[in-house]
Amino acid sequence: MTFEYAPAPESRSIVSIKPKYGHFINGSFVAGKKHFPTINPATEEILSHIALGGVSDVDKAVMAAQKAYTKTWSKLSGKERGKYLYRIARILQERAREFAVLETLDNGKPIRETRDIDIPLVAAHFFYHAGWADKLDYAGLGHSPKAYGVAGQIIPWNFPLLMLAWKVAPALATGNTVVLKPAETTSLTALLFAEVCQQAELPDGVVNIVTGDGSTGAAIVNHPGVHKIAFTGSTDVGKKIARAIASTDKKATLELGGKGANIVFDDAPIDETVEGIVNGIFFNQGHVCCAGSRLIVQESVAEEIIEKLKVRMAKIRVGDPLDKNTDLGAINSKEQLVKIKELSAIGDAEGAERWSPQCNLSNKGFWFAPTIFTGVTQAHRIAQEEIFGPVLSVLTFRTPQEAMDKANNTPFGLSAGIWSEKGSRIFWASQHLKAGVIWANTFNKFDPASPFGGYKESGWGREGGRHGLAAYLKTGKETGAK
Amino acid sequence: MSFYGLVDGSEKSLIHFLDQLSGVDQVGAEARAAMLATRSIKTSSKKWAIETAISMVDLTTLEGADTPGKVRALCSKAVRPDPTDPTVPSVGAVCVYNDMVEIARTHLDSIGGEHVPVAAVSTAFPSGRASMEVKIQDTQDAINAGAAEIDMVIDRGAFLAGKYGLVFDEIVKIREVCGGKAHLKVIFETGELVTYDNVRKASYLAMLAGADFIKTSTGKVAPAATPPVVLVMLEAVRDFYSMTQRRIGVKPAGGIRTTKDAIKQLVLVNETAGPEWLTPDLFRIGASALLNDLLMQRMKMSDGYYASPNYVTID
Repeated sequence: MTFEYAPAPESRSIVSIKPKYGHFINGSFVAGKKHFPTINPATEEILSHIALGGVSDVDKAVMAAQKAYTKTWSKLSGKERGKYLYRIARILQERAREFAVLETLDNGKPIRETRDIDIPLVAAHFFYHAGWADKLDYAGLGHSPKAYGVAGQIIPWNFPLLMLAWKVAPALATGNTVVLKPAETTSLTALLFAEVCQQAELPDGVVNIVTGDGSTGAAIVNHPGVHKIAFTGSTDVGKKIARAIASTDKKATLELGGKGANIVFDDAPIDETVEGIVNGIFFNQGHVCCAGSRLIVQESVAEEIIEKLKVRMAKIRVGDPLDKNTDLGAINSKEQLVKIKELSAIGDAEGAERWSPQCNLSNKGFWFAPTIFTGVTQAHRIAQEEIFGPVLSVLTFRTPQEAMDKANNTPFGLSAGIWSEKGSRIFWASQHLKAGVIWANTFNKFDPASPFGGYKESGWGREGGRHGLAAYLKTGKETGAK
Repeated sequence: MSFYGLVDGSEKSLIHFLDQLSGVDQVGAEARAAMLATRSIKTSSKKWAIETAISMVDLTTLEGADTPGKVRALCSKAVRPDPTDPTVPSVGAVCVYNDMVEIARTHLDSIGGEHVPVAAVSTAFPSGRASMEVKIQDTQDAINAGAAEIDMVIDRGAFLAGKYGLVFDEIVKIREVCGGKAHLKVIFETGELVTYDNVRKASYLAMLAGADFIKTSTGKVAPAATPPVVLVMLEAVRDFYSMTQRRIGVKPAGGIRTTKDAIKQLVLVNETAGPEWLTPDLFRIGASALLNDLLMQRMKMSDGYYASPNYVTID
C-alpha cells in the first residue's frame, strides 16, 4: 500500500495574461518599442512579451515620478498617504490568489509558497508601512524627517512581488515616489501590481514601472533625477551601482548576496533542526540571498543530522509548481540552472561528496534536484561562493569558537542560524556572528517589522522595520532644518 | 533484564536513556505539522485515504451509559460500516470498557465479524488512579472476556513527578499480563503531559517497556490527538525502528471527527514514519463520530453530491 498524492493543481484560469506588455508610466500603460519573451520556467512556455525599457522610457518615468512628487505626493499628509497604502494592501489581499498563481507561473516557485508566504507577506508589508505613514515624526529619526524625492528601485527575480513590496511600501509611506524595474525574467506580477495602483486610484506617477534588463537598470541608476537607489540582487551588480553613484549625492541601499551559516550544536532539537536545514536551503529552490547554504554542524552529531537530513530530503516533492503538494519548484532560468550546475561540478571536482534523492525531473523546463555536499571545508569554492540554488554545503566544527570562526570566514554577512536548546549558547553565538539577521531555532522567517540587511559585501542599509524607514528619509541636517 | 538492549529496566538506566534524547522545539514541531496539513489530497488518493482510514478506526464507545444494546449496535456498524455497500472495509477494532468485552466479542462472532478485534480500555481508565493489583485484574478480566487489544493508561501523576521507573514498571507488568494473547496499546493522555518533550519521553518509556502501540489520549481530556503531538510520536516510532528494527504502532484518539482531520493524520504518517506505517497493524484512529463522516465523504466521491445524513446509519 502506498499513499500516492494525486495531482492537485491550482487552476490558472484566475489569471489573464496579455500577449504583450508596455511600461507603467504616469498612471497608464504605455507601449514599449522592443520586447522580449518571458517564460514559465517549469515548462518553457512563453507567457507574454515584456517591453525592453531604454533611456527614454526611464527618463519619462523619472519625469513622471518627479512631477508626482512635487505636485501631489509631497503635498499629501502622512495620514492621506497611509490611506492609499491601506487600500493597496486590501486589494492585494483580495486578489491574493491571482497574484499567487501568476507569481508561480512566472517564477517557477511552488504555489504553496506564493500562496502561504510571498503574497501574505506582500500584503503585510503594505499594512505595516501604511501604519507608519503618519507617524514618521515618532520613528526615532529626529524631528520631521523628509522624503528624498524619487526612488529608483531595482529588484530581483527570486521573490518578485515581495521584493517590490519591500521597496515600494516604505518608499510611499515615507513620501517618496518610485521608478521600479522588475527583474528581466519576472515582470508579470509587477505589471499586475500596476493595475492594483490604478484600482486604488493612487495618484498618477507615484509608482512607475519600467521593465527591461540590466541596461534599463543602469539607466535608472544613472538618471540625474533619481535621488535614491534601492537595489536587491547580486554583489557584482551592487558593486557596479556603488561605483556609478560614487561621485553623486544619491543615497543607496543595497541588499546583495550571502552564504548563510546554519550552525547546529550538539544539543539542538534534532527533528526541528532537520526541518530548519531543509527550509533554510530548499525554500524557494534555494533562490534566497539569506539561504542557509552552509550547514556548520558539530562533529559529534554530524552523522545523525546528515542521515536524518537525507531521509527528510527524500520526502521533498519536486515538480509542477502549480501543484499544491509541490515543495520544490523550477529553477527560475536556464542561465541560473547553468550556474548551479557549474558550481556543483566544481564541488565534485574539489572532492566533496554529492548526494541527492531520487527525483523524476521533467525534460521541459529548468530543474535541479535538492542536493547536499558533505566533506566540505572552508577551502572549497562551494563553501565560499553563493550558488543560489538548492545546494547545501556541509561543514563540521569541534568547538563553539570554531563554529563562529568558520561562519564569519566569508566576504558575506547576511544571515545565520543557530540551533541549540541552550539559551546562553544562543545569546553567546548571536553576539559573535557577523550577520544582519540571525535566527535561533528557525530559519527564513520574515516579518515587515524586522529590519533586514547585510554586513560586509552583503549590502548597505536595512529594509523593513523602523530602520528601513531611515533609508528613505532625510534626517537631521539633511532636511535643511537648523 | 534487558529491554531491546537499550535499558536494564532500572530507573537510573531509564533516566540516562531519556536524558540523551534530543529535545523537541515546540515552534518547529507545530510549524512542521501545520505545513503537512496543507497537503491537498484529491480524487483517487482521497478515495484510497478514506477507505484506509475506515479500516484504521477503533470504533469506540466509552460512556457510563453504555448498554449491551448500544455495544451490539456499535459492533454491527464496525463489521459493515455501510450496509448498502459490502466493499467498505470493516473497522480496525471495537473499543469498549472491560465489562462490555464479552458482549462485543459474542455479538461480533455471531454476525460474521470474527476478524474484528475487541479492544478494552484498562488499568483504571481513564485516570489510572488505582492500585497495581486492580490494574492487573482489570486487564486480566478483559483478556479473559476475549479482548485482543488492551488500551492501558500510564500513571501521569508518576510521570509528572519524575518517577519514570514506576511508569515503566507498570507497563512492563501489564505487558506480562497481556502475554501473547493481547496487543498492548499505551495511552499517555498527552493533554496532561502537556509538553512535546514529555510526549517524546513517554513514547520511549512505553516502547522500551514493550508497548505494541503508543496512543495519545483517552478521549476524556482536551487537547488530545493534535497533529504536532502525533508528529512527535511518529518521529519516535520511526527512530525506535532504526534502533531496534521493530515497528511500534501509533494511535491518535480524541478530537479526530472529520475526514479532513483523518486524512491529515495519514499524511503525517506517510511523511514522518513512512508508508510502512499505513496499515491498521501500525496505525489506528480512536474515534466514534469520524466513521460516519468518512462514509459520507466516500458516498460523495462516488455519487458526486452529499447525501442526507439519513443515508448513514447511526450507532
